Amino acid sequence: MDLDFTRNYFELFGLPQQFRVDDAALMAAYRALQSELHPDRFAQSDDQARRLAVQGASHVNEAYATLKDDGRRARYLLSLKGTVVDEEKESAHDPQFLLDQMELREALEEVDQAADPLAALDALSRDIEMRYTQMLAAFEVAFESNNLEAARQEVLKLRFFDRLREEVARISERLEDQLLG
Amino acid sequence: MALLQISEPGMSPDPHLHRLAVGIDLGTTNSLVATVRNGVAETLPDEKGRHLMPSVVHYPDQGPPQVGQEARGYSALDPLNTLSSVKRLMGRGVSDLKTVAGHVPYDFVPGDGGVPRIRTRQGDVTPVEVSGEILKALRARAEASLGGELEGAVITVPAYFDDAQRQATKDAARLAGMNVYRLLNEPTAAAIAYGLDKGQEGVIAVFDLGGGTFDISILRLNKGVFEVLATGGDSALGGDDFDRAIAGWMMQEAGIEGDTGHHRMRQLMMDACAVKEALSEREEARLKVALSDSDYWSGCITCEQMNCLIDPLINKTLAACRRALRDAKVKPEDILDVVMVGGSTRVPRVRERVGEFFGRAPRVDIDPDKVVAVGAALQADILAGNKPGDEMLLLDVIPLSLGIETMGGLVEHIIPRNTTIPVSRAQEFTTFKDGQNAMALHVIQGERDLVDHNRSLARFTLSGIPSMVAGAARVRVTYQVDADGLLSVNAREMVSGVQSSIEVKPSYGLTDNEIETMLTDSRSHAQEDMLARRLREQQVEADRVLEALDSALGADSELLSQDELKDIRDAREQLAAAREGEDHEAIALAIKGLERASEDFVARRMDQSVRKAMSGHRVEEFE
Ligand SMILES: Nc1ncnc2c1ncn2[C@@H]1O[C@H](COP(=O)(O)OP(=O)(O)O)[C@@H](O)[C@H]1O
Ligand SMILES: [Mg+2]
Repeated sequence: MDLDFTRNYFELFGLPQQFRVDDAALMAAYRALQSELHPDRFAQSDDQARRLAVQGASHVNEAYATLKDDGRRARYLLSLKGTVVDEEKESAHDPQFLLDQMELREALEEVDQAADPLAALDALSRDIEMRYTQMLAAFEVAFESNNLEAARQEVLKLRFFDRLREEVARISERLEDQLLG
Repeated sequence: MALLQISEPGMSPDPHLHRLAVGIDLGTTNSLVATVRNGVAETLPDEKGRHLMPSVVHYPDQGPPQVGQEARGYSALDPLNTLSSVKRLMGRGVSDLKTVAGHVPYDFVPGDGGVPRIRTRQGDVTPVEVSGEILKALRARAEASLGGELEGAVITVPAYFDDAQRQATKDAARLAGMNVYRLLNEPTAAAIAYGLDKGQEGVIAVFDLGGGTFDISILRLNKGVFEVLATGGDSALGGDDFDRAIAGWMMQEAGIEGDTGHHRMRQLMMDACAVKEALSEREEARLKVALSDSDYWSGCITCEQMNCLIDPLINKTLAACRRALRDAKVKPEDILDVVMVGGSTRVPRVRERVGEFFGRAPRVDIDPDKVVAVGAALQADILAGNKPGDEMLLLDVIPLSLGIETMGGLVEHIIPRNTTIPVSRAQEFTTFKDGQNAMALHVIQGERDLVDHNRSLARFTLSGIPSMVAGAARVRVTYQVDADGLLSVNAREMVSGVQSSIEVKPSYGLTDNEIETMLTDSRSHAQEDMLARRLREQQVEADRVLEALDSALGADSELLSQDELKDIRDAREQLAAAREGEDHEAIALAIKGLERASEDFVARRMDQSVRKAMSGHRVEEFE
């Protein structure tokens, strides 16, 4: 089977180009593609066919990973609209958001002092996830109404959440290790 | 040969339609070979009916090497010519021996770089060659019982095996004259056997505790698709460590000093192992330890006592389970079944603690010794083309992140751990200096932030980059990992098209201890790493900015007025001073300051450079 690398990821999986995805449809389309493309289907073929299979399956894996994750999907949708977001160079500048982020960071640093650090961390993590969901909702509204600048401002916040979530994972691992001794 | 071949019922009489394919579990302690016959996957016994082949090779005075049970008989008689546990050395360099040599008391040939060599009376051998002997013996067993030449094999490796260790395993197969369809992760193989046997759908965990290794994988099973969601483990943890803990206790009880001789230590370890296995069946076991030729200490150990000794080790496996669950984004209650694999899951305490952790009794109704080989055989049968139309699909992941060294000895991850393979990802880098013609690339595997704390897989140089100002070249580095988990790297300068690539073929891999420390360290050093990382990042950025500024001033300071030049110089001094301090925020501020001071200068230089570059070309060529 020939894979058209020029089609965008939504076209590849036959899904509408919008923020909301039908998880079941995405997974089904992904599996259908991998069933035909995966290198294991070409174990008895020549090197050339196997190389192509690796490329094709890699492309489909990347597409799936991009659409499956809310944050990556939001970034990708914007890029399809030709909206450039250079997260290395530009940062969110909504002052209230930045203030909230600082407070969340501080709260994370103070988790260790809580009577039950793991419970405190869980509560904080739920708070972070709730804000993340709100941000995505704001993105969706802006994006679907074609207000790309507003959508771009939301995407600039993603990096902050990525960092927070990494930090939550690091702290939980450390706390769990301490508990295990 | 073909004329003598008689087809069994249900088997195709046409050899072209049925290819002889096997699955091989090449274990640290024991190895097995399995195949699908008449639609049933089964392990193949030797002529005495034994399925497990000890992973031991003996080099006798005369004649070819002996493998398996016969070889194991020489462990005590002829220890230096009887090699076991070589899997621990696969893909390792001489420099790694310090950390693993304690477990494998062989006579290593002194030397520096490259692959370690072990001295035997039949000459020096490498771990790859020793594994090759084991594979040859398994192949002979298979060909004898199947009555034909093998077409191909699926060989299993621990999920945490890095690139070097996987490559070494493939090399061993080549030595044994075997065609490898695929390297398959051991827990994934176990999941195949479980899935096809039980017909279950949902999320399962495979808990594989062998002699010296531990793997945990979380998979989703759905309509013949086996999707690994996350994998993790501890490559220096297994039944051997239980033995060591028990031996330590025995020494304490018997009043034996810690620095007792090598021979006595080995005996103690064997006794401890026997006691441990006995306690899987009974509540207590008697012990007799020789203190001297005539004197004995005798005592007794209960299950409860042993449990106290091994609980800390079990805790480590559970910490790895927790991490894998988090990476897989599932909770213990989402797990449908926990499949127990490996000899050490026979220890009742292990079953009990795993059951508590996942909140359900683990599955122990599948033979923990054979399940990996059986799963590999099922996959081999499909890859051989013996089951056309079969819908089975394996989607596995890489166990450890792949990254690249960036300035300041930091690692930038290109492919994070637990990414589905095959995968290809690219990242762009740029030149640091004006006129830089080459870029050195250092390929890294591991989770820590600083290069020195991870495994170095390979180094190579992209040369022939045409001269450009710093930051103008665009070097695109692409990492491609295939379905076996093997990496190849390509680098290409996008402006000129200069290109260079390598198959990552390192001469050694990560040591067990290194991966272990890498994983635990990345947990306990998170905070420290983060501060060190920020400081290093800012220092690197400062150096880059200073260097770029100095070279720009050297070339084009005539673009500036005296006042402008003074402002820039002042800001430069402030940054140089902050650069020497330990405060990453101060450096960041000083960089901002210098950037602001030189904004106009940069703009004027860019204009000039673009004008120069375009002279002689028509403008549309650049669009
Ligand atoms: N009945 C038992 N009780 C406790 N441990 C056992 C039992 N049987 C085997 N083991 C242990 O299992 C380990 C070997 O497991 P195995 O899965 O064959 O290893 P590997 O995969 O490393 O080759 C050894 O440490 C051995 O002592
Ligand atoms: Mg095993």
